[in-house]
Amino acid sequence: MNRFLTIFNRELGSYFISPIAYIVMAVFMIVTGMIFYSNVVFYAQASAMSLQNPSFGQLILAEDFIRPLFDNICVILLFMSPALTMRLFSEEKRSGTIELLLSYPVRDTEIILGKFLACLTFLVIMTALTSCYPIFLYFTGNPEIGPFLTAYLGFFLMGAVFLSIGVFTSSMTDNQIIAALFAFGINLVLWIIGWTGGGSDGGMLSGVFKYVSIIEHYDPLVKGVLNSQDIIYFISMSGLFLFLSHRVLIARKLRG
Amino acid sequence: MIEVRNVSKQFGVTRALNDVSFTVRPGEVLGFLGPNGAGKTTAMRIITGILTATQGSVRIGDFDVDEQPLKARAMIGYLPESVPLYRDMHVEDYLGFIARLKGVPKAKREAHLTETLARCGLTSVRNRLIGKLSKGYRQRVGIAQALTANPPVLVLDEPTEGLDPKQIIEIRNLIRELGGERTIILSTHILPEVSMICERVIIINRGSVVAVDTPANLNRSLQKQSVIRIVAGAPRDDFLSLCRSIPGVRTCEPGDTQGTAAGNRITVRIESSTDMDLRPQIASRIVQKGWELFELSSETMTLEDIFIQLVTREPEGAVE
Repeated sequence: MNRFLTIFNRELGSYFISPIAYIVMAVFMIVTGMIFYSNVVFYAQASAMSLQNPSFGQLILAEDFIRPLFDNICVILLFMSPALTMRLFSEEKRSGTIELLLSYPVRDTEIILGKFLACLTFLVIMTALTSCYPIFLYFTGNPEIGPFLTAYLGFFLMGAVFLSIGVFTSSMTDNQIIAALFAFGINLVLWIIGWTGGGSDGGMLSGVFKYVSIIEHYDPLVKGVLNSQDIIYFISMSGLFLFLSHRVLIARKLRG
Repeated sequence: MIEVRNVSKQFGVTRALNDVSFTVRPGEVLGFLGPNGAGKTTAMRIITGILTATQGSVRIGDFDVDEQPLKARAMIGYLPESVPLYRDMHVEDYLGFIARLKGVPKAKREAHLTETLARCGLTSVRNRLIGKLSKGYRQRVGIAQALTANPPVLVLDEPTEGLDPKQIIEIRNLIRELGGERTIILSTHILPEVSMICERVIIINRGSVVAVDTPANLNRSLQKQSVIRIVAGAPRDDFLSLCRSIPGVRTCEPGDTQGTAAGNRITVRIESSTDMDLRPQIASRIVQKGWELFELSSETMTLEDIFIQLVTREPEGAVE
């Protein structure tokens, strides 16, 4: 536990001593700010229209505001998560420090979890900064809190999967660019795999693709629906990639 | 303290280590010698548990490296060849991080850090960034991290590589100081270093151990002939035939001949068997002839000659 915390602290600290944390955070805040603004404007126009024209239908906060907002924000996650994870193992492999790290009396799982959770904590810190948007809404209106919470949970869980993919690709190569591109590739496959089985023809394969698709499990959460099946999906996907990272570390010992 | 038993390591089709066995006694300083690519680093990585051996086992103290990796690793301080350090950390923070990783109890950490810094001569740079330190200081930080938590075994891969002569001497002195209380394995390709610091030497070539002994014994057992160098003022051909006529001389090679005002000065190398010293006989014969004797010296084989002899030998000629 102690050793895990030591690695966790160092990794988290190292984000803040390199410019990468600040760049990622700044870009994230600027882009999410713009998305938030455009969504608020759109929602305000739509609600004004629906007031004038009752046939337009009732607006639902979760469906018409939170969902488009978080659908857009999670695209940023798709692009940014590889930037957060690419150096975790690649940098240590390139500089050789991984060799020293593995010579200490530390378990491989402690190293992997320490790095992964440091990264995830960074994501949480970054996400927490965006809480100024819903807080702003509470000052100007009276929105429901529930859908925001499930949407944030969905965002966090999706982040956990993307980061564990990044940990995995980073453990395989000593080149940060390759680690990032590879992670981005896997992220994207998980993202669009549901489209390939699209339609309602519902073959066996399309069912599998739909289950693997990350969007299929993210969508209910941003609509405010909390489903244990989706939670289990995110947790087991993160677990799978962390397990694969562990395998990669062991293979390194056997193959050199 | 360290027991390496029948260790082999296969990387794909190449065999990096082939049935390597040796033991290191507590408190001993063991030198690992071998040309580049001989398997020194691979052997060290297997001892430290970074690599798993294809066959064979390694024990550190009471612990098998594969079966109880954490306990075995807790006994080792390792310095890899390239001295990989986190360049974005300060010396003090880095060593503090290592102390926590190695499980130094919180109450002792501060005192231990101060002691390690002092011992490695790092007190003056404790607040500097590792990336900004000179190579010599980085090497010391590397040794300091190996010493953190006082492990009884140190494994140092080419600890003096790339340092200037003054730094080399400092690091050697530090290693010599550390020996005695600790068991040390160090690899090097600087040969005099081995005879200076190590009590025992393992020469490794193409993945196999070719010799294990003290530097002095290696000299003795491999010294199959003695070489005498003579510089005399004498007519060349007469002098050579005189040398060849001495009983016990195996070969006689003439070197340069220099013409001086007093006559010729000729250099000759004579090889003979080790059991007799021909020097008195040669001296008296030269004097009898009335020639001048400028120099008469016996050349002993250096560790370097032995090393070259061992590693350039054909595979079947293993030395016991």
